[in-house]
Amino acid sequence: METLLEIKNLSKSFDDKPVHCGVTFNLYKGETIGLLGNSGTGKSVLLRSLIGLEEIDSGEIYYRKQKVNGLKEEELFKIRTKVSYSFQNGALFDSVSVYENIAYPLFEHTKMKEAEVDAKVMEILTLVNMAESKDLMPSDLSGGMQKRVGLARSMALNPEVLLYDEPTAGLDPVNVELVLNFMKEFKKQGFSGIFVTHDIPAAKKICDRLLILKDGKIYFDGSVDQFEKSDDPFIKNFSNSN
Amino acid sequence: MITAKVKTNLQLVGEITELFKEFVRCLYTRPFYLGRIYEQIVHLGIGSLPITLVIGTVTGMVMTLQFGYGLEKFGGTLYVPAIVSLSLLRELAPLFTSLLIAGRIGSGISAEIGAMNVSQQIDAIRALGTSPVRVLVVPRILAAVVSLPLLGVLSGFMGICGGLIIAYTEFSMPVGFYVNKVLSTIGLMDIVGLMIKCAFFALIISLLACYRGLKTTDGTRGVGNATIWVTVTSSIIILISDFFLSKILLLLFG
Repeated sequence: METLLEIKNLSKSFDDKPVHCGVTFNLYKGETIGLLGNSGTGKSVLLRSLIGLEEIDSGEIYYRKQKVNGLKEEELFKIRTKVSYSFQNGALFDSVSVYENIAYPLFEHTKMKEAEVDAKVMEILTLVNMAESKDLMPSDLSGGMQKRVGLARSMALNPEVLLYDEPTAGLDPVNVELVLNFMKEFKKQGFSGIFVTHDIPAAKKICDRLLILKDGKIYFDGSVDQFEKSDDPFIKNFSNSN
Repeated sequence: MITAKVKTNLQLVGEITELFKEFVRCLYTRPFYLGRIYEQIVHLGIGSLPITLVIGTVTGMVMTLQFGYGLEKFGGTLYVPAIVSLSLLRELAPLFTSLLIAGRIGSGISAEIGAMNVSQQIDAIRALGTSPVRVLVVPRILAAVVSLPLLGVLSGFMGICGGLIIAYTEFSMPVGFYVNKVLSTIGLMDIVGLMIKCAFFALIISLLACYRGLKTTDGTRGVGNATIWVTVTSSIIILISDFFLSKILLLLFG
C-alpha cells in the first residue's frame, strides 16, 4: 500500500507538560483512520501538527516521503493544498459569503477563470447540500451548516488527504448522518482521511482503521473488527463509556 | 523578575521585527493583492475623513483663539497666522491625527485580526496554503501608510481654515492678510515633513495592531486587551518618536 503520511516518534509538549511522547503511525492511500481518545489527549494537536499548524518538539512527519516538520511556513503551503484540514467549528471567514469562502482557495492556488471557479464552487456546494445558501454570510448559518461549508472549503482543491477535526461534534443526528454521508462520498472519490472524533459509532461506520491515543502514545492501532473484539480492559471501558 | 521582564520585552521587539521583515519580503514577492489594499484604503482612510475634518478644524480654531488673546496683550495678533499654520503643519496636525487614528484604526485592526485569530480564521488561512501576513497584514499596513499622510495634510489644511474663521470673527483680521501670512510662512518642506511623520506613525500603528491581532489569545477578553494594548503602546511610541522625528526633520529641512 502506498504511504501518504508517515509519523515517527512525534513528541510535543506545552509548557513542559507532555502531550505526545513518541506517536508513530502511517496513513495509507485510500484509507480513513479514526483517531480516538479521551478529551485532552491531544488528538486535535496531533492533527494540526501534521500540516505544520503546530510545531512539534521532536520526531518526524513525512508526506509522500517529504519531511513536513522543519519546513518554513511558505514551504508548507504546497503540502497544505494536498493535505487539507477541516476545522471543528468550520473556521469560516466571517466577513465574506459562503461562496467566497469556497472560492478563496481556488482563486489563490489555481489559474481558473471566474466562470470555472463559479462552476467548481457550485459543484462542491451541491455535494454538501448548501448550493442554495451560497450568498449567505457565515453568521446566518447554523452550526451544522457551517461545518458542511467548512468541509466543502477543505476539499475545494481536491486534496489527497482530509484531516477532519470532530466534524460531527455538537450536531443533531440528522446533521451527523449528513456529514457522515459526505465523508463516505469523499472516501469513494479516493480521498484519504484522518477522522478525529469522540463518536465511536460514527468512526466505526467510516473508518478502515482506528487509533486510540492514551498517555501521549498510540495505545491501539487496528481494524474496527479488532477494536470490537479487543479484550483490553481500557479499550472495552473506552468503547462502552462512549 | 526584572530579567524575565527584559526577556519578554526583547522577545516582543524581536517578534515585531520579524513581522516587519516578513511584511517587507511580501512587498517584492507575488502574489500582491491590489484589490485588498484598495479595500483597506477605503475602509481605513476614507472612513477616517469625518474625524480628521473635525479634529483639524477644531485644533486650528482653539489655537487661534488662545494665541490670539495671548498675543493681543503684547500687540502681537498679526503673528497668529504664522504661529498657527507652522505649529499645525509641523506638529499638531500629524500628532493629533495620528493619535486619533491610533485609536480608530489601530484598535479596529487589532480587534478584527484578533477576533479572526481566536475563531481560528487565521489558522484557516494558513491551512488553505496562504499567508496571513500577505493576505491581512500587507494590505492594512500599506493602506495606513498611504492614507495617514493624506489625512494629516487635510487635517493641517482644515486647521488653517478653522484658524481663519476665528481670526476673522474674533480678531477682525482681514482674510487676505491671514492667507498672505500663512502662505509666506509655510513651505513645501513643512508639508513633506508632515507627510513623513504621518507615514512613520502609520507604520507604527498598523504594524503593532497587526502584530497584536495575530498574537491574540484568551477569546473575547483577549481581543479587548489587544485593542487597549495597541492604542496605548502606539500612542506612547508616537509621542516619543515625534520628538526625535521633529529633531531630524529640523536638521534636514530647517
